[in-house]
Amino acid sequence: MKTERLIKMANDISNFFNADPDKQVAAEGVKNHILRSWDPRMRAAIIEYCQKDGAELSDLAKAAVQKLS
Amino acid sequence: MSMNKEKDFGTPASQSTELVSLEIDGFKVQVPAGTSVMRAASSIGIDIPKLCATDSVEPFGSCRLCVVQIEGGRGMPASCTTPVAEGLKVTTQNAKLAEVRRGIMELYISDHPLDCLTCSANGDCELQDMAGAVGLREVRYKPVTTHLNAEKDTSNPYFSFDPSKCIVCSRCVRACEETQGTFALTIDGRGFDSKVSPGQNEAFMDSECVSCGACVQACPTATLMEKSVIDNGQPEHAIVTTCAYCGVGCSFRAEMKGEQVIRMVPHKDGKANHGHSCVKGRFAFGYATHKDRITKPMIRASIKDKWQEVSWEEAINYAASELKRIQAKHGKNAIGGITSSRCTNEETYLVQKLIRAGFGNNNVDTCARVCHSPTGYGLKQTFGESSGTQDFDSVLKADVIMVIGANPTDGHPVFGSLMKKRLRQGAKLIVVDPREIDLVKTPHVQASHHLKLRPSTNVAVINALAHVVVTENLLDERFVNERCDVASYNKWKTFIAQPQHAPEASESITGVPAAEIRAAARLYAGAENGAIYYGLGVTEHSQGSTMVIGIANLAMATGNLGRNGVGVNPLRGQNNVQGSCDMGSFPHEFPGYRHVSDPATRELFETTWNTPLSPEPGLRIPNMFDAALDGSFVGLYVEGEDIAQSDPDIKHVHAALRAMECVIVQDIFLNETAKFAHVFLPGASFLEKDGTFTNAERRISPVRKVMRPLAGYQDWEVTQLLANAMGYPMNYAHPSEIMDEIASVTPSFKGVSYAKIDELGSVQWPCNDETPVGTPIMHTQEFMRDNGKGLFMLTEFVPTQEKVTPMFPLILTTGRILSQYNVGAQTRRTENNAWHAEDRLEIHPHDAEDRGVKEGDWVGIKSRAGETVLRALVTDRVQPGVVYTTFHFPESGANVITTDNSDWATNCPEYKVTAVQVTKVTQVSAWQQEYQAFSDNQLELLEQGITNG
Repeated sequence: MKTERLIKMANDISNFFNADPDKQVAAEGVKNHILRSWDPRMRAAIIEYCQKDGAELSDLAKAAVQKLS
Repeated sequence: MSMNKEKDFGTPASQSTELVSLEIDGFKVQVPAGTSVMRAASSIGIDIPKLCATDSVEPFGSCRLCVVQIEGGRGMPASCTTPVAEGLKVTTQNAKLAEVRRGIMELYISDHPLDCLTCSANGDCELQDMAGAVGLREVRYKPVTTHLNAEKDTSNPYFSFDPSKCIVCSRCVRACEETQGTFALTIDGRGFDSKVSPGQNEAFMDSECVSCGACVQACPTATLMEKSVIDNGQPEHAIVTTCAYCGVGCSFRAEMKGEQVIRMVPHKDGKANHGHSCVKGRFAFGYATHKDRITKPMIRASIKDKWQEVSWEEAINYAASELKRIQAKHGKNAIGGITSSRCTNEETYLVQKLIRAGFGNNNVDTCARVCHSPTGYGLKQTFGESSGTQDFDSVLKADVIMVIGANPTDGHPVFGSLMKKRLRQGAKLIVVDPREIDLVKTPHVQASHHLKLRPSTNVAVINALAHVVVTENLLDERFVNERCDVASYNKWKTFIAQPQHAPEASESITGVPAAEIRAAARLYAGAENGAIYYGLGVTEHSQGSTMVIGIANLAMATGNLGRNGVGVNPLRGQNNVQGSCDMGSFPHEFPGYRHVSDPATRELFETTWNTPLSPEPGLRIPNMFDAALDGSFVGLYVEGEDIAQSDPDIKHVHAALRAMECVIVQDIFLNETAKFAHVFLPGASFLEKDGTFTNAERRISPVRKVMRPLAGYQDWEVTQLLANAMGYPMNYAHPSEIMDEIASVTPSFKGVSYAKIDELGSVQWPCNDETPVGTPIMHTQEFMRDNGKGLFMLTEFVPTQEKVTPMFPLILTTGRILSQYNVGAQTRRTENNAWHAEDRLEIHPHDAEDRGVKEGDWVGIKSRAGETVLRALVTDRVQPGVVYTTFHFPESGANVITTDNSDWATNCPEYKVTAVQVTKVTQVSAWQQEYQAFSDNQLELLEQGITNG
């Protein structure tokens, strides 16, 4: 899977949940959304990217992907 | 089978609950107050002669044929315009009445051709019937002047207008006004010179006529007549079925001669359309027997090879062997499938079942991915169910109607007419749209507010509207406290009251004056019944789901849910968008919107389907393309969908299709996707199959076979053959058995069966033990979420990443037009091209002038994804900075320029926002030239392989 696209998707999801002032709740929202809607190969790819680099992920997206690991 | 003609009661039914008793010809009858004497008589089988009356329009009292006598009353009142009254004693037949009626008929016939035997209406002519009914035996008048030589207007491709046969009853004029709301017809002239006139004495095709056919249906003679009847004669039997075009789901009588459809007549008992239709549903059915239909299965090893016609058995075995080979080589998850909103519920259910149970993965998706997937997500989160809340008739009780990102008069014309009827009755209208859609100003309708926002700023607008509602305390807190999750409400209230959401703060983003937003918010929130209708202008954005949630928040905060006249109403684009989603076509959900990871649901399906199922979500359509290009997804079964034309960033889609090892297309035509396919399985049109469609109001309506499938099999049978060849047994004998299985595994369908649909005509889900005859309006007592409470969610405006720049200074947005449908595969193969033969680019006069572009010039439209060329249409319907096109023709390449931006929650493409530059050019784009060459080559490969005999 194209990592750039997955990064963009994760960041877009985070932009929605970022409206929540409680960032723990927001991260949980992002994590659950990815868990419930991404095919496993996509999840594996974003986790791998986050573990290796993760620089392009927003803070919230990174926190959420770390919860997925 | 028979014609089983629909009874005409002469005047519309009264909605009154008060009953009135009277006596007609000595028979006692009780009817609702407000009923006409004519209708009361008809209800007990006494049919009073009539010509100008028909029950689809209000009575007019012009022909006087329906005169009656009332005991104690004076003269002979027209029964169509005389309402019943308690204790009336009516006489419908006596010598005096008979004499008057014969005299009237004598006058009519004195100026009417006496060519009954060769007339196209012979066998279906009310004038002829009435002449018989009144016992007309001679015509004594010898008029000097007649209308018998009046010139015929054959300009409309579907019906002719022969004024020589017109009796000036005005039924057509009234149908155009009352039923359709277009006001294209009038009676021109006075006295003997009176005549029906389209527009200002124009030909039908030059007038405002939208060819809905309401006038043809209302005409009692051969004046307005379908050309198919003129050519073929009267039909001999009729079968009620459901239209295969938009999400209104109109009910039609397919009027037949053997297996030939003579005409489609909107069914009066159809609960979605009440006897009305549009140009597509009524007239554009010729594609079903078009010469382009492919009726034999075909295979080929490579898309560079010519097609080879084979037997069904060979095609199915080849397809199955390829899919199995791919799974053996690349793994179980390397294949999947795509269903379509054009398929029936039963077909869609079978495809997702085949993929989940037969392929062993959840790589199934549907074209709702690219239209209303944000509706599914947003309404599920907030209300607990992925569907609109109302029935269509609810609009007749709305006091304020807000239309957001929808164009009902073009996209959902029959519902658009119903909405216009309510607006003419006085309901107020708010339109939220970057473009001036027809509804903004149409005969006797003027929007109170047109919030002409910049594309991509929907969420900023809905937040501003909600901000006004909250800060000006226009809330319905009683509703919120009783019906909603109060903690989420309080959080939302704090959020939305923040100053950045104020209309004054967002004005520079949205382009909508703050005062307009404030006035619109007050109007909606202050209405007794406020209803929101929305379309793809809401969903097809990077914040599509956020906007759906924002709409739900606003409706909950103002208490506009759970009763007649209110609600949140997504207008679904295709005939079975709702149904295809209901049937579990999304990769993360089983039928009934239950997540694949839920153990109890999975166990239910594993037991029913007798196989283990994956708990993991599968690939969505855009993910499938990405996975194809990385080599992990290389086998695809596509039923009824044309992803190679309809999906965004089409060059990427084509590359993905080329990368696949086996693409199986099941369709009625060699569509654009089939040009990349290795197996072609010929499908059946809606006229050739049994099943059900579910429309935008959750109404499950019957689709009935009126002719044998041209290729031998209905689509559900083909899927079943493929499943069996894959080693997963399916043994349904009829789609009703599939529906029985759906009902057994889907709580909201528990009470649905073909027997019930036959009995009721249609049924709206949820239909179960609690609601055995269905549910017209949802959430009347509680929401469908687990705790029964509506959930407010925070909707921060996030600007799209598709920004205008000096290189791409304009925003392109897309939409559809009345006469064409979606990718045009059906309507392009009909006479509807007479109205719209090519897609054009609408551009504002200022932007056109800046670029030296004139009407009809070729213009290049370039985005960061690609470039295409269209002819320009210079119009101020679009605002400066915005250009607009439709996407009905593959050669237009509208999706060459749309980008891979998509909704954050569902990956629904952002079709509505593409930054582009427009320049005057002299020839089509390089992509168009390349694609034309590819397409021509594919048609040659088809030609070389087929016999189709």
